[in-house]
Amino acid sequence: MAQRLKETDVVIVGLGAAGGVAALPLAQAGLDVIGLEAGTWLTRRDFAPDELRNNFRGWPQGVQKANQEIPTSRANASSPVGPRGTIHPMQNAVGGTTLHYWAQSWRLNPWDFKVVSETKRRYGASRIPKGSTVEDWPFGLDELEPYYDKVEYEVGVSGQAGNVGGTIDPRGNRFEGPRRRGYPMPPLRATAFLEKMTTAARSIGWHPFPGPAAVNSRPYQNRSGCMYHGFCNRGGCHVDAKNSTAVTTIPRAQATGRLKVVTRAHVTTIEVGGDARVSGVNYVTDGVEYFQPAKVVLLASFTYENTRLLLLSKSKAFPNGLSNNHKQVGRHYFSHHQGAPVSALFPFDLKSWYGLPAQGVAVDDWADDNFDHAGLDFVGGGNLWVMSDRRPIAAAGMSTFGRAPAWGSQWKAFIKENADRSHSSYIQKTTLPYEDNYLDLDPEAKDPLGYPVCRVTAEFKENERKIAAFTQDKMEQWYREAGAIAVTRAPVGGAMGVSTHAYGGTRMGDDAGANVVDRFGFSHEAPNLGILGASVMGTSGAHNPTLTVQALAWRTAEHLVKTWRSRV
Amino acid sequence: MTFISRRDLLMRAAAIGAVGRHLHIDPRHDVGDPERVALHEHAALAREPLEHLTAAEADALDAVVARLIPTDANGPGAAEARAVHYIDRALGGALASSRDAYSSGLAALDRYAQSSRGKPFAALAAADQDGVLADVESGKATGFAGGSAAFFALVLNHTRQGTFGDPYYGGNANFVGWDLLGYPGVRTMVTAADQQRLETNELKPNHKSAYDYDAFTKSSARSHDAQEGGSSWRRG
Repeated sequence: MAQRLKETDVVIVGLGAAGGVAALPLAQAGLDVIGLEAGTWLTRRDFAPDELRNNFRGWPQGVQKANQEIPTSRANASSPVGPRGTIHPMQNAVGGTTLHYWAQSWRLNPWDFKVVSETKRRYGASRIPKGSTVEDWPFGLDELEPYYDKVEYEVGVSGQAGNVGGTIDPRGNRFEGPRRRGYPMPPLRATAFLEKMTTAARSIGWHPFPGPAAVNSRPYQNRSGCMYHGFCNRGGCHVDAKNSTAVTTIPRAQATGRLKVVTRAHVTTIEVGGDARVSGVNYVTDGVEYFQPAKVVLLASFTYENTRLLLLSKSKAFPNGLSNNHKQVGRHYFSHHQGAPVSALFPFDLKSWYGLPAQGVAVDDWADDNFDHAGLDFVGGGNLWVMSDRRPIAAAGMSTFGRAPAWGSQWKAFIKENADRSHSSYIQKTTLPYEDNYLDLDPEAKDPLGYPVCRVTAEFKENERKIAAFTQDKMEQWYREAGAIAVTRAPVGGAMGVSTHAYGGTRMGDDAGANVVDRFGFSHEAPNLGILGASVMGTSGAHNPTLTVQALAWRTAEHLVKTWRSRV
Repeated sequence: MTFISRRDLLMRAAAIGAVGRHLHIDPRHDVGDPERVALHEHAALAREPLEHLTAAEADALDAVVARLIPTDANGPGAAEARAVHYIDRALGGALASSRDAYSSGLAALDRYAQSSRGKPFAALAAADQDGVLADVESGKATGFAGGSAAFFALVLNHTRQGTFGDPYYGGNANFVGWDLLGYPGVRTMVTAADQQRLETNELKPNHKSAYDYDAFTKSSARSHDAQEGGSSWRRG
């Protein structure tokens, strides 16, 4: 029998990118918040610049709950389940994956909110890919702008604005929507190679700019500026210059006295009362079961776990899983098409040993609908990203571009000359939801507590593969302009697999028949259940999701404060 | 001048005998201490006790890594990096799930070398060893559970880890792997001026392990709960 704890106003399941942000406006409004986190606190001393530990062994210093419940995946309902990963892409800890993520902190572009209406207007309804369940968001960028702004300043984002109040600044992204003010910090510094790439892009008429990062480019909020030591990629920051929620919004919420952080709390199910309202959550710590009653539950785990927890929480009112009476939980799933990179070999050292993946130069000319698709047969596009990021084991694993075998003296001669001469681009592409891409519970694989894990059934479709081929052409053109002597391309995409950029499963929209949560992130079916994370997003855009997730989380929390009396 | 880390030295000293307790080693004076250099020369002849591999397995693996990343005109290779030492230690921790693959794979390697070239792998001439390894890499070599190509990929992956990983884990001895790549070393701060020196080839290798910095906890790096991942997630 679970031990029943004292009721609280709000319980947040997961104190990562989303839950860690939502806690702040709630606590500041005077609500009592309990944050349940499966991991523990990790601090700067835990973040050794150790490639083996961070990049190959999945952070053994952390609680490895996620590693025990890695989703299974297959391309489609008739294909076999693929090999299961051994390291979950996300991290359990206070601050979650914001501890070791790349920290690219993009706003979505205006088009991403209106994919359907804008595509119909410009190219006709037939251009919407067959089988896609894509919808316009229930609101536009203008609705989210104040929350983007709030998070950029509360968390701390460095970057160069491209559109302040409608005035284009050519140093920034001319394609971004209007923002009320610039970033709180200037962009991270450049390197000679990044400057070379910037010059190359300009020389072919493109509009390069430094990307935004939740990393301090100078001291901010009494925390250090970035040390550029080169271990930011899946590494935590040893000087707290990476603005994880563990060093920003969570401690600020704690300082109000209203947020209680409970670590090592492994949430298993959400409880439902007699009136189709949620009553709290069950969790396990070291084998002991607890029930935490709450007036409101905010589900803020990663996309796979958000869906899994809903499907596992069955009750009389919700026999198919919580908030799933319309059979929408798990639907409209997609993972960002961020693979299919282009790699290049240069005839000079790039001097990339020190830097970070959020330090780079972007091109948005081929993203979204920033270019005319009239003569093309797809919608959307990709953000081209060139960053400064290299570590020794990964460098030794570089492609030999067909110029050397993979081992032996010839390989050694090649690697000695070229270890610092290759670059692999990061191209994030518009990805749409489709009828037959979805999440559900795996019929066989279970976690150590006996609960089924999430199963991913999803593959990139024709539209995504066409964008991949198109943006690979652009990326190769850019590399060649900068002097690349060899270029390779990865395949354009098949099965989606398990991803760090996983969207949908609890999509947000006005129509309860096609969406799990309403425009403010609350369940259409259980009014005191809110859902945070990219699981509510219906489109990906061509940029990293985290800042959008955080802006949405702030908005949902603020809405909860405003509607508190009517909701509880 | 050869650099050997304090930790490595203590490990070797312990392996050789009781001299370790008489050494008072200041990590700031790693290079040039006559007693240490003498010890290093002595230690280089000995192989400290294996923890997980058998002697025969270690002999075969020594021979394999020496062909994967050979010692040649471009300098030291996996042998000098002590990649096998890294693998042997890790087989009791993060790479424990690969222990059986090494036993059966190395045995299969010797069988295949014997049947195709007439001698166990370690006894073959270098050119024949390369021929055997090419067969193992392509999957053509017979007698490997799960196929020879998978075994080859496993060993190559771990050999790279043991050659280019942080020396804390027992490989990349004397930083030979990082020197081969031109990696200037683990730093906790790289200023704009440092980057400028890197751009102009003036930033010299510092030969430091992550755990030469007192700021970082080591407990987790030692953790035997650590599990090797199939691939490193690289996307942000």
